[in-house]
Amino acid sequence: MTEKATIIVHSGDFDKIYSAFIIGNGALAMGMDVSMYFTFFGLERLKKGGLNKGKLSRMHFLGLGKWMINRKMNKVNVRSLEGMLSDFVELGGKILACDMTMEIMGIKKEDLREEVITEYCSVGTYVKEVKESTMTLFI
Amino acid sequence: MSVDSNNVIKVDCLGETCPVPLVEARKAIRKALPGDIIEIIGNHESSKKEIPMAVEALGLELLSVEEKTDNWLIRIKIPKEKSKS
Repeated sequence: MTEKATIIVHSGDFDKIYSAFIIGNGALAMGMDVSMYFTFFGLERLKKGGLNKGKLSRMHFLGLGKWMINRKMNKVNVRSLEGMLSDFVELGGKILACDMTMEIMGIKKEDLREEVITEYCSVGTYVKEVKESTMTLFI
Repeated sequence: MSVDSNNVIKVDCLGETCPVPLVEARKAIRKALPGDIIEIIGNHESSKKEIPMAVEALGLELLSVEEKTDNWLIRIKIPKEKSKS
């Protein structure tokens, strides 16, 4: 059976979203099945136009830190978050959206990028995914 | 990604960094058919050893890893009986 990885994306911070997608895409590339479960502030990144809106988890400096790191990332040719997301979908990764977060934060399906979301679900689905996984991360 | 006259699938990852060479290799593997050969060229150091790891994990055949002064070339063969790619 194919090995599986499940990643909870709880943070909406720019750098942590990057880490989540790099690991998710890496695991897909290594032949694993991958589910990314977006909850709390992580889910805000799946709002239309929200993918790049996160702050840096450290040294954000009112946006100056993020601007600097973006510049550096462009210089060394790091793939954009948009590109990482489309790679993830192309390689068959599953994106799960937490419906409880949607209720708390007043997020409607039409606010989200429905075309990339595989399923709207809650903790039961997450636990089921984790039980089948050999790698689980909380980011 | 392109296909040359010998039906070899070419993936150019020169100048790309983590995780792009690995991801582009995987995309090419997914699209390839049994018996196809894929050539990936790049210069991201870690990918030179990680693409072969993925090849092993996917049950494919690693034909060669060529190291040149400022880049590497990895050749992969998709077995006739495709396993899990």
